Amino acid sequence: MPWKPPTPIDVYQLLPRTNCGKCGEANCMAFAVRLVSLEVKPEDCTPLIEEERFRESYEKLRRLLLPPVKEVELKSPRRSVKIGGKYVLFRHELRYHNPTAIAIDVDDSMEAETLTSRVQMIERFEYEYVGQKLKLDAIAVRSVTGDLKRFAKTVFTVAENSSLPLILCSTNPALVEAALDVLCPSGHRPLIYAATKDNWREMAETARRFDVPLAIAAPGDLDMLVSLAKTLSEGMGLEELVLDPGCLVGPGGLSYTIKAYSWLRYKAAYDLWKYAGYPLLATPISVWTQVGGDPRDAMWWEAILATMLMTRYADLIIMHSLDGWVLLPQVIWRFQLYTDPRKPVSVPPGLREVGKPNEMSPVLVTTNYALTYSIVLSDVEKAKVSAWLLVVDTEGLAVDVSVAGRKFVGDKVAEVIKSTGLESKVKHRILVIPGKAARVSGEIEDATQWRVLVGPMDSSEIGKWLEKNWTPEKIKELTEEV
Amino acid sequence: MSRVSAKEDRDEARARQEAAVYSLLAKISEALEKGVVELYGVEIEADEIEVRLAAQAPQFPIPVVSTRPEAVAEARPGVKAAYEVAKAVEVVARRVVELARIAFEEPRPQFSGRVIEVKLGASREEGGTRERTHVIGGHTVPAYYYLTGYKPSHPPVFGGDVFDMRIALPKAVKLAFGDALDNPVEWARIWVEKYGAEAVDIHLVSTDPTIKDVPPEEAVKTVEAILQEVKVPVVVGGSGNPEKDVSVFRKIAEEFPTEGLVFNSLNLDMKLEDVCPSIAKTNAAVINFSPMDLDKAEQINRKVYDWIPRNRIILDLNIGGIGYGTEYGFTAMERARLSALMGNELLQHPFNVGAANAWGAREAWIAMDPYWGPKEIRGPLWETLTSLICLLAGADYYMLVHPLSLSTLKAVREYLLSEPKPKEPEKALDWLSKSLPVI
Repeated sequence: MPWKPPTPIDVYQLLPRTNCGKCGEANCMAFAVRLVSLEVKPEDCTPLIEEERFRESYEKLRRLLLPPVKEVELKSPRRSVKIGGKYVLFRHELRYHNPTAIAIDVDDSMEAETLTSRVQMIERFEYEYVGQKLKLDAIAVRSVTGDLKRFAKTVFTVAENSSLPLILCSTNPALVEAALDVLCPSGHRPLIYAATKDNWREMAETARRFDVPLAIAAPGDLDMLVSLAKTLSEGMGLEELVLDPGCLVGPGGLSYTIKAYSWLRYKAAYDLWKYAGYPLLATPISVWTQVGGDPRDAMWWEAILATMLMTRYADLIIMHSLDGWVLLPQVIWRFQLYTDPRKPVSVPPGLREVGKPNEMSPVLVTTNYALTYSIVLSDVEKAKVSAWLLVVDTEGLAVDVSVAGRKFVGDKVAEVIKSTGLESKVKHRILVIPGKAARVSGEIEDATQWRVLVGPMDSSEIGKWLEKNWTPEKIKELTEEV
Repeated sequence: MSRVSAKEDRDEARARQEAAVYSLLAKISEALEKGVVELYGVEIEADEIEVRLAAQAPQFPIPVVSTRPEAVAEARPGVKAAYEVAKAVEVVARRVVELARIAFEEPRPQFSGRVIEVKLGASREEGGTRERTHVIGGHTVPAYYYLTGYKPSHPPVFGGDVFDMRIALPKAVKLAFGDALDNPVEWARIWVEKYGAEAVDIHLVSTDPTIKDVPPEEAVKTVEAILQEVKVPVVVGGSGNPEKDVSVFRKIAEEFPTEGLVFNSLNLDMKLEDVCPSIAKTNAAVINFSPMDLDKAEQINRKVYDWIPRNRIILDLNIGGIGYGTEYGFTAMERARLSALMGNELLQHPFNVGAANAWGAREAWIAMDPYWGPKEIRGPLWETLTSLICLLAGADYYMLVHPLSLSTLKAVREYLLSEPKPKEPEKALDWLSKSLPVI
């Protein structure tokens, strides 16, 4: 049976029931409803946390809402990355929590300059998408030399030059310990990668002593992986574990890999089996030693493995390519996959420039539903016209839905014209609205006192439409009519 | 009875001894935290502890002896001594934790529904002229969860897109097909012979009243020429104009009633009653198009059932390229497939994916800052990754634009359908200590 949230009534019983409103909700029942849909956390109820008399209720509540996949935290002095904390197998069953963290590797054979510039690149990676800044999350430090001092020094250099949490990658406990010795006193809480069937005692020991999370790697052997998870959790008392069943490509490899990740998450989310209930780590980086020839082949397959495993439940991935084309689809797809399917995704309302619009450029009106916005933006760009894009706050709804639901209305358009100072940016007073919003053209004219032209039904026609309808003569005609 | 009680006594004694050890460990641990330690009156003999602990199955956690190295470094001699003791105790304790071997039990979800099988193309025996035909669908479990082995009922099939007139195409596609982009027949031939397409999708865009308004009779000639040139199944796409597509599809259905064509696509904006009866008389299949909406998918399927049998219907829930609504199409497909497998007959159809949509994503075709790489590689990658996301949601038939996407998908299909048993699993860890090229 998959994880089921408690009922609002169960949760309500454990709340203070004072309706104090400190959480921002009207009453405790409203808060309970949002709690069970996991939109808020028990900690958002301050009395529950602060008052001694509620301690027991809080503990009960916390346990009721624990995810079947444990949440594990990696920390640097400046950043924290949470992985896992998943409740469901399929996105539509609720939503996915804690977007897959993406780590890029560095190693201890790199010259100081290469190392710091690579760290800088990881740190500065950024892509803006629907108003969000998409970034990388962690740095995985590997040991190529096998030299304790060299590894410790590399880890130290990385920590000094970066704000990101680290993953210490080696199966040699001595190397990991040497790195932890320099890292932990400075406030880092890295992930250790990895305990294996051969070194698990020493690795578990080290993880325990430094109180850091530990990854278990058992490539090709699911029995060993869960046996180690059981042993390290119950036998050694480690709570924060991460599982890696191994990433392989080629015949027998890719099928095993997809099977292993799918089975692990299935057992955690549907069978609530605790030994599978840990975050999953995937290593698309491993294609670099499996795919020979042109490095671009390795990059191509690394991109493929990363996308497939992000889709199939990886909570943390380690990659080697720092090339924009490999990483770009990953960060965008991750963003999409982790949006809440219950809520439409929106962009901030306002005025955007496409091309180089001037005071006589057309003003195209659209909604703030992220997908509508992206498509319209892309179509206008493709049409190679300069225009103003006026984004109305339709509460994240698409054109037809927002027109029907009275979210795309005259007052909203007037509001955004005012707040963006559009009147001082264009000389004309003409708006082009989507064809699907034709119904509300009259009320927009009334509310804004601008002329309204009904544009094409689909924004892919916008180029052709403007060519025909946005001519000096037509503009003059419309302006004179007023 | 007496044996039982003796055992209980022994257990109790052991529990007391263990408790003593644990409390000692906890005390040391706590002391180390505070930086103060009192070890008066404590005597430990390692052998003794080992014996006691060895008798104990590791059922509950050994308390954490937390010694932060910096704390130890600054510690006074007393603390250091305690640390040594703690370490010795830990070493002893550690030795007794044995690997608890358990088996990973296969997940066994129950499903009652089955996705129907749809035939693409018709061979000579079936009245057509196709040398290759395909069957898609037939699933009883979600795709690539390896729930009942590793061989799906029918693997996905990959077709190549051809347009009946020159349209704006990305440079990466022009590089792959060159002058053939002006000649749909040649384009189709290259797809099949050079790039291994398993079907050809001819998109009759020139029939669009706002483009060339080519009459249905002309479209018939194009389809005929392609059927002559290639021997794989042919998917006939309209222009997307709901009125014109009705007349184009009708005409083509009448002309080629036995080739097992696939009509792409029917939607709720069309007068289905005007086109379905003609298609029903043939052995063609249809793709019902319902963008990301399961209610409407059920609606159109229900309508089309009035004329066309269920086993000749494919469903297209639409997909956006990465960044352009991919998650909506992905989730719609996952939901539809699960619903189908749980018995919803209205959604028990194989999925079509129009991968060309991936090229609608800006990142697939615009020139960007050099850091993001050439668009000639971003384009095919976008199409490939978007397609792979759909593959994991259970997609069955693909209409692809770029040959690199097609060849990658074929390789992935081969790998995914191979027995999940890595030959050298330990190689998965080679990356840990190898020097990798830094580009």
